[in-house]
Amino acid sequence: MSRFQLTYKPYGAHAILIEWPAEIHEDILKDVLCFKQFLENKYIKERVQVSFAYNSLLVFYEFAINNIYGEISALKTSYATIPSLSMSTRMLWKIPVCYDDEFGLDLEVISTHNHLSKSAIIKQHSNTIYTIHFIGFLPGFLYLGGLKKALHMPRKSTPRSVVEKGSVAIGGHQTGVYPNASPGGWNIIGNTPINFFDVMANPPCFAKAGDKIQFYPITKAKFDTIKTLVDAGVYQLESEVIHD
Amino acid sequence: MIKVLKAGLYDTIQDMGRRGYQQYGVPVSGVMDSYYAKIANALVGNTENEALLEMTLWGPKLEFQRDCLISITGADLTPMLNGVKVALNTAIFVKTGAQLSFDKRKYGCRAYLAVSGGFQTRLVMNSRSMYKNITATVKIEKGTVLETLKTNIDKRTNAHASLKLDLEQMISPILDVYKGPEFEFLTKKEQEALMTRCFKVATKNSRMAYQLDDALENTLSPIITSLVLPGTVQLTPSGKLIVLMRDCQVTGGYPRVLQLTETAINRLSQKFTGDCVEFQMIESY
Repeated sequence: MSRFQLTYKPYGAHAILIEWPAEIHEDILKDVLCFKQFLENKYIKERVQVSFAYNSLLVFYEFAINNIYGEISALKTSYATIPSLSMSTRMLWKIPVCYDDEFGLDLEVISTHNHLSKSAIIKQHSNTIYTIHFIGFLPGFLYLGGLKKALHMPRKSTPRSVVEKGSVAIGGHQTGVYPNASPGGWNIIGNTPINFFDVMANPPCFAKAGDKIQFYPITKAKFDTIKTLVDAGVYQLESEVIHD
Repeated sequence: MIKVLKAGLYDTIQDMGRRGYQQYGVPVSGVMDSYYAKIANALVGNTENEALLEMTLWGPKLEFQRDCLISITGADLTPMLNGVKVALNTAIFVKTGAQLSFDKRKYGCRAYLAVSGGFQTRLVMNSRSMYKNITATVKIEKGTVLETLKTNIDKRTNAHASLKLDLEQMISPILDVYKGPEFEFLTKKEQEALMTRCFKVATKNSRMAYQLDDALENTLSPIITSLVLPGTVQLTPSGKLIVLMRDCQVTGGYPRVLQLTETAINRLSQKFTGDCVEFQMIESY
């Protein structure tokens, strides 16, 4: 079921970078995940690690690669012969967000820049279902696809030195959640009490690439209640299995 | 056990890093200079993945609360045991109550202290390497007591093992590199500038990345966010080069023009603000 023209490049002595066409698309995401799953089943986890982004996959070998062209040709053969794998169960996660001014520090700026009322921004942001493409930037930072054009907003020219944990933000054509406090240049529109990265959990992230995310607005009072439950480790995140 | 009487500039516990968690956005981390870290461990009879203390520019003052075998490698920060200068790259038997301190920096940027049995800070995701939001502690502070594993030390056979090392690995400005994924997109002129000019280490240099001066001409546009590795040389829109180091993020959106070899990452990690480096392509594919 090969479908895309891929390029294979050596990347240092230990890795091979595989690239799909330079675009962000759900068909590419599915194909990347398919190839990744196949390679993870093929190789021993301790010897070969696979990581991925929008349109790329990195195969990292514990030992320096001896015969790079042999290895690349083996990967090409793998890609050509991947059986049509069924995707692992995908989930839709519902994420509570408080969009109050106390958290939504940049709602005003986006409102002016994009000629939208604050309530229209919140409505547009929360009635979209986003697709998780991969995790990068910070531990547990989800790269989400699907932000409506009306909400696109350039990053701040001077990044904030601290963006609070849980901040929900917009940067260019992307939206995301800061899993921990960090410097950052995205425009902050709200905050979620949900933990996106738990170093003690295995895996450390509840969501995975291919899953979907939907945000829904909550009051500050509800935010405080959920936060208490999350901190106590008893909050049950709303989710459903995706059938397609 | 080792008690920290005084913290150095930036002391962290590091091992060979955290592999296999990059798909969750977790950096690899680990010792900046694996060459000297491995030597330090070998001198005291440890396996190479045992955790060590990585010290930057000036060292801490430590008190040993148990007899042990130690070794100090990497940058020469003038190590002194009970006030007397001790040699680098040598196994030293240390008695309970002895104090290790450091004086002036002579060369290099990062030094390693290995202890027989290794440092026993908590393993998180298969590694003890300190990193914000992964380990509870991100750097060693005054008053910390560092656990070490109790081992049987045979003083007669182990102590005084010593290595004479060529300083070239530390002080040479040459960084061996491979072509990065976007190297071929540079113009011939840009490629030539990249490979023939000398670059100065900028004040922004850390375990995460080293920025280099001066800027190059750059006609490349950003890429769709993709994967990066420690040792990746990124070319920013302003033409400045950023060399990613061990604590780097797992993804990035700047063109990846070069990839340092492991030896070159080690060498660069011993450089400091103002030091010069130049790239040399190795054609081994």
